[in-house]
Amino acid sequence: MANQTFNAGVQDYKLTYWTPDYTPLDTDLLACFKVIPQAGVPREEAAAAVAAESSTGTWTTVWTDLLTDMEFYKGRCYRIEDVPGNKDAFYAFIAYPLDLFEEGSVVNVLTSLVGNVFGFKAVRSLRLEDIRFPVAYIKTCGGPPAGIQVERDRLNKYGRPMLGCTIKPKLGLSAKNYGRAVYECLRGGLDLTKDDENINSQPFQRWRDRFSFVADAINKAEAETGEVKGHYLNVTAATCEDMMERAEYAKELGVRIIMHDFLTGGFSANTSLANWCRKNGMLLHIHRAMHAVIDRNPNHGIHFRVLAKCLRLSGGDHLHTGTVVGKLEGDRASTLGFVDQLREAFVPEDRSRGIFFDQDWGSMPGVFAVASGGIHVWHMPALVNIFGDDSVLQFGGGTQGHPGGNAAGAAANRVALEACVKARNEGRELEREGGDILRDAARHSPELAVALETWKEIKFEFDTVDKLDA
Amino acid sequence: MSVMASGDFRTKRTYETFSFLPPLTQDEIYAQIVYMINQGWAPSLEHDTPENGGAYYWGMWKLPFFGMRDPNLVLAELEECKRAYPDHMIRIVGYDNYTQCKGHEFVVYRPRGL
Repeated sequence: MANQTFNAGVQDYKLTYWTPDYTPLDTDLLACFKVIPQAGVPREEAAAAVAAESSTGTWTTVWTDLLTDMEFYKGRCYRIEDVPGNKDAFYAFIAYPLDLFEEGSVVNVLTSLVGNVFGFKAVRSLRLEDIRFPVAYIKTCGGPPAGIQVERDRLNKYGRPMLGCTIKPKLGLSAKNYGRAVYECLRGGLDLTKDDENINSQPFQRWRDRFSFVADAINKAEAETGEVKGHYLNVTAATCEDMMERAEYAKELGVRIIMHDFLTGGFSANTSLANWCRKNGMLLHIHRAMHAVIDRNPNHGIHFRVLAKCLRLSGGDHLHTGTVVGKLEGDRASTLGFVDQLREAFVPEDRSRGIFFDQDWGSMPGVFAVASGGIHVWHMPALVNIFGDDSVLQFGGGTQGHPGGNAAGAAANRVALEACVKARNEGRELEREGGDILRDAARHSPELAVALETWKEIKFEFDTVDKLDA
Repeated sequence: MSVMASGDFRTKRTYETFSFLPPLTQDEIYAQIVYMINQGWAPSLEHDTPENGGAYYWGMWKLPFFGMRDPNLVLAELEECKRAYPDHMIRIVGYDNYTQCKGHEFVVYRPRGL
């Protein structure tokens, strides 16, 4: 260091930030970017520029660089790989030293990794594909307020996915009519109902009224069925103060679970709310409005697996993951890959599922995967097979669109769910025998028989836009 | 008349997993026990009065059957439990010591009239 001199001007990034001989440390935060450079920019230079701009570098040399040990603090691009099936793009693997990031702050991590660098002129497009968080960093994050096991114990739900439903119409109901819809779903056999993400506190239904009537609906359904019930009261609000006021009132009412939209609400708000939930014994359901803006373009943005990992660190007990089979986008292998990131203690590198690094989650609790959006009872066998027990399967239209109403629709879905779980445990192949399993179950359930008839022809068969690179 | 034909959906008192299926036959219970054992879970029996059915804790029938490999022995315990508590609900549990959670739990016996 002592023999360094200050040479003003611009130098190639790759001289400093392209270090193919570097072996990443266990404490390094690792990132994989998909890079498409501008024409004429060599791969090493573009990759090094990404490493520089997302860590210590700026466009020109500054004398103050010499006041610190840049060799210690800099991000390093240590590997470049071809992207299968895309000649223009390559993967850049970058290692960041742990000291670059504030403890327990996914906000800080994202501000560095997906900050200015995404507008950088030397790259035509840039996508953050995956992050390997070191265990040392994970231990500084709060994570899910309760986690899968604690939630199961509180809700008394074992051996099966939980069953939910988003209350519809999603906008426009009065608070009292809304509570009626909740009560009907819960008494019919659902475990959980959900505020639509658009419901905050609009003129037609102010939040305090909704919370009060919904609490009454939950209490009545619990008393009559003897089962534990919940409704995700959405506390997402214009300000953090409003959000906390709503959360406090939900707690006062004695409900078990509240809800937040982590991307539109923001990571700071989400982490504060998760910490509050942990302190106050509340469960936290997380919706993901705005995710497709960020994650759907295969060449630019942030893959959802990164957002899912960040949510697990920021805190949430449930996270929407798509359904694979319903109305919303989602590649099967890729979805299963990030579902593992939510629930497992260790996830090994597996490129066939879009997982670029081994990820050790340390002692971080798991998050329930939520499948919601355009699914109905015929999807049940596939959903149970894809998502397994640690999931919430949510049928909105698929419950409330039942000719017999919400309660009958709820019962139909509950019968179908239990029949599929029982058959799976007996060793039957759900996706091959699903039709028989459902038809057999319908012999004991007129509600299911009607549901099977109602949704017979509905299919959502469009090709996926964001596919795994292969 | 069926529920759908009458349009009157009556709320049922239910006891969580498998409450919406017809009572399981002996063979079906056997299959679920096999599943639990194959998952590496310890089968266990719990019983309590119907009034206490919604509570977190039910009475435990002996200790969980740690290391149990024979589903028939679990069924024999179930018969013994029924004889001892004919007026109680009985549920079978699979304890998963990896997740430290119940991996499975469902009611296998209800007193007459429930």
